[in-house]
Amino acid sequence: MSDINKTIERVDAREKISGIAKYVDDLKMEGEIYAKTIRATIAKGKITDISVPPLPEGYATVGVKDIPGKNFVKIIFDDQPVFTESEVTYFGEPIMLLVGPDKAVLRKIANEIRIAYKEEKPNLEWDDPMISYHFSKGDGDQPFQTASKTFSDVYITGYQEQAYLETQGLIGYPEGNRIVITGSMQCPYYIKNALINCLGCKDDMVRVIQQTVGGAFGGKEEFPSLMACQLAVAVYKMKKPVRLIYDRKEDMPVTTKRHPSRIRLEAAINKKNEITAIRAAVGLDGGANAGLSGVVLQRAMIASSGAYTFPNMDVTGRVYRTNTVPNGAFRGFGAPQMLFSIEMFIGHVAKFLGLDPFEFRMKYLAKQGDKTSTSGTFRDPIIMPELIGKAMKESDYLRKAQIYSAGNGYQGIGMSFFLHGCGFTGSGEATHIKARVRLEKDENDNVRILIAAVDMGQGIRTTMRKLVASILEIPMEKVIFDLPDTDFVPDSGPTVASRTMMIVGGLVDRCARKLKEKWLANEKQILEENFQQPEYVKWDEEKLAGDAYPAYSWGVNIVEVEIDKATCQVKPIGIWSEYDLGHAIDEMVIKGQCDGGIAQGVAYGYLEVMEQKDGRLRQKNLTDYIIPTAVDMPPTMSGVIDNPFALGPYGAKGAGELTLVGGAPAIAKAIEMAIKRNVTEIPVTPEKIRELIDNGRN
Amino acid sequence: MAEIEFILNHQKIVSETDPSLRLLDYLRNTLAMSGTKEGCGEGECGACSVLLDGKVVNSCMVPMANVAGHEVTTIEGFRETKRYKILEQAFVQCGAVQCGFCTPGMIIASESLLRQNPHPSESEIREALSGNLCRCTGYNMIVDAVKKASEDGDGLW
Repeated sequence: MSDINKTIERVDAREKISGIAKYVDDLKMEGEIYAKTIRATIAKGKITDISVPPLPEGYATVGVKDIPGKNFVKIIFDDQPVFTESEVTYFGEPIMLLVGPDKAVLRKIANEIRIAYKEEKPNLEWDDPMISYHFSKGDGDQPFQTASKTFSDVYITGYQEQAYLETQGLIGYPEGNRIVITGSMQCPYYIKNALINCLGCKDDMVRVIQQTVGGAFGGKEEFPSLMACQLAVAVYKMKKPVRLIYDRKEDMPVTTKRHPSRIRLEAAINKKNEITAIRAAVGLDGGANAGLSGVVLQRAMIASSGAYTFPNMDVTGRVYRTNTVPNGAFRGFGAPQMLFSIEMFIGHVAKFLGLDPFEFRMKYLAKQGDKTSTSGTFRDPIIMPELIGKAMKESDYLRKAQIYSAGNGYQGIGMSFFLHGCGFTGSGEATHIKARVRLEKDENDNVRILIAAVDMGQGIRTTMRKLVASILEIPMEKVIFDLPDTDFVPDSGPTVASRTMMIVGGLVDRCARKLKEKWLANEKQILEENFQQPEYVKWDEEKLAGDAYPAYSWGVNIVEVEIDKATCQVKPIGIWSEYDLGHAIDEMVIKGQCDGGIAQGVAYGYLEVMEQKDGRLRQKNLTDYIIPTAVDMPPTMSGVIDNPFALGPYGAKGAGELTLVGGAPAIAKAIEMAIKRNVTEIPVTPEKIRELIDNGRN
Repeated sequence: MAEIEFILNHQKIVSETDPSLRLLDYLRNTLAMSGTKEGCGEGECGACSVLLDGKVVNSCMVPMANVAGHEVTTIEGFRETKRYKILEQAFVQCGAVQCGFCTPGMIIASESLLRQNPHPSESEIREALSGNLCRCTGYNMIVDAVKKASEDGDGLW
């Protein structure tokens, strides 16, 4: 394999196409019983009484009293109960499981369970901050005092649902006196650690095994830990295999979503019409508990300079507690909200100053050696001008922009610039994750990759094997990568944060090179590699200052739209993207990320609507939460320009999230051009477009 | 319960079953054929697509009563055909598969299209697949695959 980026056949393609691949719902276990979750039917209040009808033999409830360990799902804070004891904090909060052998009987019993509440008014205002952060760069204050003018606006983003095609599902079963959890997940060790905490057991008493995952997009980062804890308690009580698989109308209202946000941006402008400082105030709706919201907030705040450099910044952020479903991880993780806001804002500043928006944006583009928003350094070459030039040429951007800006044909073309930090924020990799990978070679010289990273569709079962085969110069068939099982794989960390190829793959790369050096034919060999923070990366977790990420991927998205004058329906008619993701490990895998990521990003900007009313989500299924179909998506061109990262395997950086984060601002800018109104809120639905045309600012 | 007779993957089935049972549950639970997936249960996503008398339907919306006297083909039956091999190869080569959960349904919808229209245009392909949701690919690589299959399998449909 001379060139790593040359496409090879995806290893799991044929088993998936033919329907042979087994997802969790396709597994059956001898003697298994079903679990049904009994949930709160109010958004806030206290449970005053629970009355359960007499249960037939073989049926039981599983609740707080059955938990042998602690009643919270271990993640960052201890504020998410496995089962709520008396306080209800959101609609659909789990109260107990009902378990038994027949699903129809479970439904009947569930209908007869009576729960009495002392209901309170849910807090849906953003006035109860549970997490607050602040950082500044240079002097974030003084430039505002000496500014010749200032400009500010508020940007609003809505919920987004991951809409993985396979709903959440896990099966738990006893194995001797141990408990095994298997199913659809991104992070086997998050689940394992949560189980140890909830069962109050030793490390070797639980085991977690991944099955083929039918899409995740962040939605299976932390949520499965909650289900796994509930299920483990049920297995502990019943001593039988138990299945907990949601149907769509249960899944959508109670699982984590992308945080709705309100972001206020303010620019200080000097006499030369230059931005001298930016103030950002980020608000996220966390929902009923903190979960991963603090980390999402940090990523949003760090992205507040977008793909630009501003000399002075002051950035504050808050996560608000509301009585709504807890929000959490979703591909992009805080960056999509902020990148929408800053991209719209910089265009609005240019317009306010009467300057050409394209030239204005190019002037502030970050360059190698510049200081990041957190006063770290962009150490590696930044090739944004090349990416922009290529994307503009392929889309014929300038000519179209000129025609559409002058005309009133309800056509527009928008371009977004963006970056995405690769891996965990700050010192997360070094202090929290401490990834470890292992390679095991047997006497027949087959090499087994032992990592906890999950293939959820992004293709790492293919790319990791390809990586190892390439380094060792052995055929792919000699490299084995089974679905992770915590009994065998070390904790290489969760499958999140665009870290899998760059960080985990980087360790696998180094481990494979060592193995090659020490290779003893026909002998068993085991090698491990542990994460080490590059010396130059310095991060102050208290002050949120320094190098937030070891590397950044960069991109440009261009979206062209037509808007129906009568209905205000938006139709994307062309999408062009260029990315710097270091080096592609497989061109087709990367194209899959490019096309799929931007579909989600663009749809976030104009199509996907989710709202809550009185604390309840109004969308419950794919019939009312609309995601793009094949007809909605226009032809999509994407390309990459090589810019290898020294510490990535073959130069690879993060790719998974980068392809989503620029979609919304690109289409929102295209809509702005088409309707000649400022867009400050997504999704830009036909109703909002009508409202903007009638009352908006030009 | 009622006696329901139909053809499944070229085999005659006579089954004593609840006529209101969803075809999807009959396939997955009664027969343990797991290639047909459930994505939404409301006829929106197409993961449960099967062929009913050669045309694509959502098996979550079809009660067993409506199957009586008809012919059903699932991915398990279709994967034994020459046309399937052409589609499979095209899906592999065009990178049309990521998480794979929608894929058997996409294959069934593609077969249904190509049976009616062996040489569809891009917009006809998009229209024909618009009842099958995919969250991973953004569809372009799937559309390319169907186009390629229609060329490579020229004469088979």
